[in-house]
Amino acid sequence: MNHVSMDVLNAARERAWSMPLAQIAPADPQLFKDNAQWPFFERLRKEDPVHYTADSEFGPYWSITKYKDIMAVDTNHKAFSSLSTLGGISIRDQRADFPLPMFIAMDPPTHDEQRKVVSPIVAPGNLAVLEHTIRERAVAILDGLPRGEAFDWVDRVSIELTTQMLATLFDFPFEDRRKLTRWSDVATTVAGPGGVVETEEQRQTELRECAGYFMKLWNERVNAPPRGDLVSMLAHGESTRNMTPQEFLGNLILLIVGGNDTTRNSLTGGLYAFSQFPEQYQKLRANHALLDSTIPEIIRWQTPLAHMRRTAIVDQDVGGKHIKAGDKVIMWYVSGNRDDEVIANPNELVVDRARPRQHLSFGFGIHRCVGNRLAEMQLRIVWEEILKRDLDIEVLDEPERVLSTFIKGYTNLPVRIRN
Amino acid sequence: MPKITFIEHNGTAHVVDAEIGASVMRAAVDNNVPGIDGDCGGECACATCHVYVEPEWEAVTGSRTESEETMLSFAAATKDNSRLSCQITVSDALDGLVVHMPDGQH
Repeated sequence: MNHVSMDVLNAARERAWSMPLAQIAPADPQLFKDNAQWPFFERLRKEDPVHYTADSEFGPYWSITKYKDIMAVDTNHKAFSSLSTLGGISIRDQRADFPLPMFIAMDPPTHDEQRKVVSPIVAPGNLAVLEHTIRERAVAILDGLPRGEAFDWVDRVSIELTTQMLATLFDFPFEDRRKLTRWSDVATTVAGPGGVVETEEQRQTELRECAGYFMKLWNERVNAPPRGDLVSMLAHGESTRNMTPQEFLGNLILLIVGGNDTTRNSLTGGLYAFSQFPEQYQKLRANHALLDSTIPEIIRWQTPLAHMRRTAIVDQDVGGKHIKAGDKVIMWYVSGNRDDEVIANPNELVVDRARPRQHLSFGFGIHRCVGNRLAEMQLRIVWEEILKRDLDIEVLDEPERVLSTFIKGYTNLPVRIRN
Repeated sequence: MPKITFIEHNGTAHVVDAEIGASVMRAAVDNNVPGIDGDCGGECACATCHVYVEPEWEAVTGSRTESEETMLSFAAATKDNSRLSCQITVSDALDGLVVHMPDGQH
């Protein structure tokens, strides 16, 4: 780590442990941008694992910070709703003037019906079909990288690979694929000067363009025989073919963000983690079979989605605290994945960790990530091909991080491949 | 210890000694049987320990619980005899149990 980021982290540690407990409010985007959220969660896990923040820019909310409590909330969908009209699945409430209904932000039975339409495309049988294409594309990207000069890993590898994959899944016009990246960024950002979009109006305009573009694809495919791409599946699926335009847009955004941001940031996070724990990379380099445990370990260590949110619909006790119907409940996966009661030495990346698959990054229960196996496969292929070529990739500086309490990721990571 | 046979989708069989009181999932994971992931550690919360139980064993293994039913409804390649192996507890009565695995856990 460079001096600036160490200073920021030390200051955060000082503040986290000295401020009154009641004032701790971990949902601060700047903390995540500075990678300074860790000590606040450390203190909460130790002193107040189910913590109430009375006042914040997102209103009052509960923070669930320990692995087992998160598991309890995540698996109790009868008490903790994901419904968009109650606020949805992230700490920032869905806007009432521009609702984006999507199955992740629904409860049974609609959630179950719509999820089952999409699920087959990322089931094991179909993944075997996709593997060859993903490998070809990964190889082309890696072989096209410059040698001996600095470049941005996020743009050249992480974004490019996940965007190509997404274009494949949607059977989206390949030359337009960066539109998908753009829509993903626009969908998850908070509008503001200097941001991804300047105003909420601009955000909604761009998302309507997204809807319009996909509506064209939908119309092509609804009139053609069913095929294996996601748009065709939605257009022909019994539970999805009569979706409203907003529902169609909502589910598209879900699939674009779900299939894009997350894998993108784990691809960058893995490389960055190895720069922090170089001996772990040497262990993997000496024994490629360790990739089986390395891939889930990277996903745990990175935790590409920092939280998921629920809204209590009945009173419910969690970790000894009484949560009331209507309360906003934040499951901090980023904290649960650092809970040393469940995960030994959780701050470290350990490529041969026992039970590496036991992590919270995909969530648990009925909303568990539907694309988890695809994500793992993409990551595994990239690392297999890097190891095969024995690429010596040097991280040149600290990454820049996303300003968000939801997407835990990177906007930039300068690297160089040594000749 | 009761013996349980796990048969992979490709036909490879693995016979393991299972600890009484633990789950069938745990017996697979602790003996490094490939194809049973058990991501959630046995909470009936991920459906990555999906197996097919031969019908003649159903009386001994019991049947699906409500939450198991829900999680299995999202899994791939489910059949009438699909179970989550984390929800089956090992006992002497399970000695000789044979379970088959799907082509992948999802």
